[in-house]
Amino acid sequence: MSASPNHPIGKSVPRKEGRKKVTGQALYVDDISFAEMIYGVTVRSSVPRGRITNISFAGDTPWDEFTIVTAKDIRDIGGENYVALILNDQPYLADEVVNHAEEAIVLLAHPNKYLLEEARRNVRIEYEELPAILTLEDSVDKKEIIWGEDNVFKTFLVDKGNVDEAWTNADLIVEGEYFTGAQEQLYIENNGVIAIANEHDGVTVWGSMQCPYYVHKALIKLFALPEDKVRVIQTETGGGFGGKEEYPSIIAGHAALLSLKCGKPVKIIYDRAEDMVATTKRHPSRTRHKTAVTKDGKLVAMDIEFVIDGGAYCTLSPVVLSRGTIHAAGPYFSPNVRIRSSAVATNIPPHGAFRGFGAPQGIFALERHLDKVAKAVGLTPDEFRRRNFIQQGETTATSQIIREKVDMAGLLDRAFELTGYHEKRQRFAKENEQSRVKKGIGFATFMHGAGFTGSGEVYLASVVGAEATSEGRVKILAASTEIGQGTNTIFAQIASEALGVDSDLIEVAQPDTANVPNSGPTVASRTCMVVGKLVESAVLALKQTLVGSGLLREDYSQSEFQEACRTHIEKFGPLKTFSTYQAPPNIHWNDEKYQGDAYGAYAWAVYVAEVSVDSLTYEAQVEDFVALQEVGRVINPVLATGQIEGGVAQGIGFTLFENVVWQNGRMANNQMTNYIMPTPADIPPIRVYFEENPYAYGPGGAKGIGELPMDGPAPAILNAIENATGVSFDHVPLMPEAIMENLTNVLHGITL
Amino acid sequence: MTIELPCVVNRESIVLNVHPMARLLDVLREQLHLTGTKEGCGEGECGACSVFINGKIVNSCLVPVAQVEGAEIKTIEGIATDNQLHAVQQAFIDCGGAQCGICTPGMVLAAVDLLERNPNPTDAEIRTGLAGNLCRCTGYIKIFESVVRACQER
Repeated sequence: MSASPNHPIGKSVPRKEGRKKVTGQALYVDDISFAEMIYGVTVRSSVPRGRITNISFAGDTPWDEFTIVTAKDIRDIGGENYVALILNDQPYLADEVVNHAEEAIVLLAHPNKYLLEEARRNVRIEYEELPAILTLEDSVDKKEIIWGEDNVFKTFLVDKGNVDEAWTNADLIVEGEYFTGAQEQLYIENNGVIAIANEHDGVTVWGSMQCPYYVHKALIKLFALPEDKVRVIQTETGGGFGGKEEYPSIIAGHAALLSLKCGKPVKIIYDRAEDMVATTKRHPSRTRHKTAVTKDGKLVAMDIEFVIDGGAYCTLSPVVLSRGTIHAAGPYFSPNVRIRSSAVATNIPPHGAFRGFGAPQGIFALERHLDKVAKAVGLTPDEFRRRNFIQQGETTATSQIIREKVDMAGLLDRAFELTGYHEKRQRFAKENEQSRVKKGIGFATFMHGAGFTGSGEVYLASVVGAEATSEGRVKILAASTEIGQGTNTIFAQIASEALGVDSDLIEVAQPDTANVPNSGPTVASRTCMVVGKLVESAVLALKQTLVGSGLLREDYSQSEFQEACRTHIEKFGPLKTFSTYQAPPNIHWNDEKYQGDAYGAYAWAVYVAEVSVDSLTYEAQVEDFVALQEVGRVINPVLATGQIEGGVAQGIGFTLFENVVWQNGRMANNQMTNYIMPTPADIPPIRVYFEENPYAYGPGGAKGIGELPMDGPAPAILNAIENATGVSFDHVPLMPEAIMENLTNVLHGITL
Repeated sequence: MTIELPCVVNRESIVLNVHPMARLLDVLREQLHLTGTKEGCGEGECGACSVFINGKIVNSCLVPVAQVEGAEIKTIEGIATDNQLHAVQQAFIDCGGAQCGICTPGMVLAAVDLLERNPNPTDAEIRTGLAGNLCRCTGYIKIFESVVRACQER
């Protein structure tokens, strides 16, 4: 690696917007105001399913001062009352029926926030209640049909070999059932937008979001406007984790409807309670495994049934299901694999994108299950996995041939060395006999695909632009958002590396649909690997234009580059180049059979958790955590490590802390005081290690890492808890109550 | 009903004209346009709205403005002096202590407060010192590293 500042890839270049963030100067949407701006609130349903029979405006609220919007207003402007996404089944405002608690029905706007809050309570909505489905099990059992003909949003079948015939070749068949709960994204900045809408200029929205072009697409339908009459601008965004992937389309539409009606800018900022109760969460899941193995521990067949609870509307559930399905069989080779999956409807607020997007659910089940299979076959968890790790040239569940170098066994060796795994396994077993606090160590081995699944990236056809400025700087034009993960900084590094100029010379434009092309959504661990590659090719095209015009020689200095930009703009006007996604060669995907190259590249990982379980208080605590992963080239070590640490912390929350309590289809603990996320006092040392195996089609060799760290903690921690206590738990979140219930049985007879 | 309420904000003496029960957080953000102080939860759990009142760190979402009559308030905007970042702020940039940045102002103030009380905190003291501030991005590790770095730089 060169020491030159113009080769920034692999260096921890400081966050581009870091100074603004540490001084409080960064402007989030609630920090922005416009003249005449007023506030909006949402009146929501109090029942999980019902027919709206009456809406009245009661109390001593001066209603004539208020702007009031209902579904009728959408009809009056000729708009479509649905949130355009996949199936278009979710209304912006419930019209005749409500399908979940907290569904939006009426919007109110007023200059005074306090009056507005009172007014919200004075809107009376009456319902004729309808029978509701509130659990995944009841939906699968069709206790009531609440969506379509069968409560099913989407199903997939992955079929490799012949599972039905394989059972006869097995020495042993092991079955298991596993569950994961909902999880709140809990970004510290709540959802919020400001909208300005009028008949002449159309609709403009500023907001906290991951995907400006998703909002753009949805508003075009809602207002029946041409593309150029809708403008969406991302403001500084205080965390997303998937929670600001699809939801901002709704709040943006609501603010814009109010603005259009009152003729003033309208700001809607949810408070924490509303954000938690009304917006999306991670899909709860149920996974059933039936696994056939030989007596020497080789996988013969994996039969997997994976079901996720999508909530009341389809939203992104089909794609969440897709990623979950493909990851459900993990980094192992089995000649026969069948994965049957479905996303089903319930009358609870729609579940949505959350870091990992279905994969953490399926991987939790698999990695717990394989410890169970190993035990049944008489092997250690690591030895069993070693006999089944996928090797270069072998095929995954979707029959994708792994062409890249993969060495899961090598990763496992290194992770065990870093943790002293074997020594601790032995020592804890001895010490636990005498100790009230039981210690354990466990691990998970897994992979995570980067970018959209299958043909997704081809359909998206993302575009990135590069624009030279007359000061000799280069501006990156992309809709990919900085949400804390480091988009601005790594784009600058990639462009700087490609051009051989300082990264300070690179600016990253604010995502604004009027000024940047659609580089696709900021999701799916795709921003670095897929969009970063387009940044690289867009700036290289810019350089080629300068060289081709004779203004720049091939071997140039930074000042020559700047001079060439200036001269080119003087002579020929604005200089912009664009690059459009092209699939790497040899990527083939069959959408009908769900077979082929599901992802262009995978990150491979081994996570090891050390835990203690107090047999008196039943508290489980993570004492040490090692996250080892192969992610291609690391663009920025500090940022990449920060991504992994943050994801692991979220994973620890998912496993031991974050319990959504449902009451009649509504989150009952929608406060930070009773929905508990890990605090600084709860986090163990998280030790992060990378192996670097450059990926030929990623920028500078990088793959994706954003979602990966969410996958490993839950199974690693529960495997460690089994090691500590001898009890196998099959669900997360695992709260002390559940540990108590199971542990008292096992420890019966031991004096506590 | 509003009252006149003198106080000092970021070393500047001012007189506020406010409803006495208005939240200090709202007064700072809406009247004084000091939007660096953030609202995360509105119930004193997350620490995003941390400010100093007479040198003590508090959650400004829980403080009725009447309580700060004559008090000296310092917000994130008053931490850097003459464009020179505080050692904690610089350390957050260098060590990756800020990601999305929304908890950062509160977290920086909590770290400044900790180091003023305890210039060389142990790892456990850092964790306890920051326990009132929540961050969803970093998993806190880089924030702990930032505090350690700031100690070394001071």
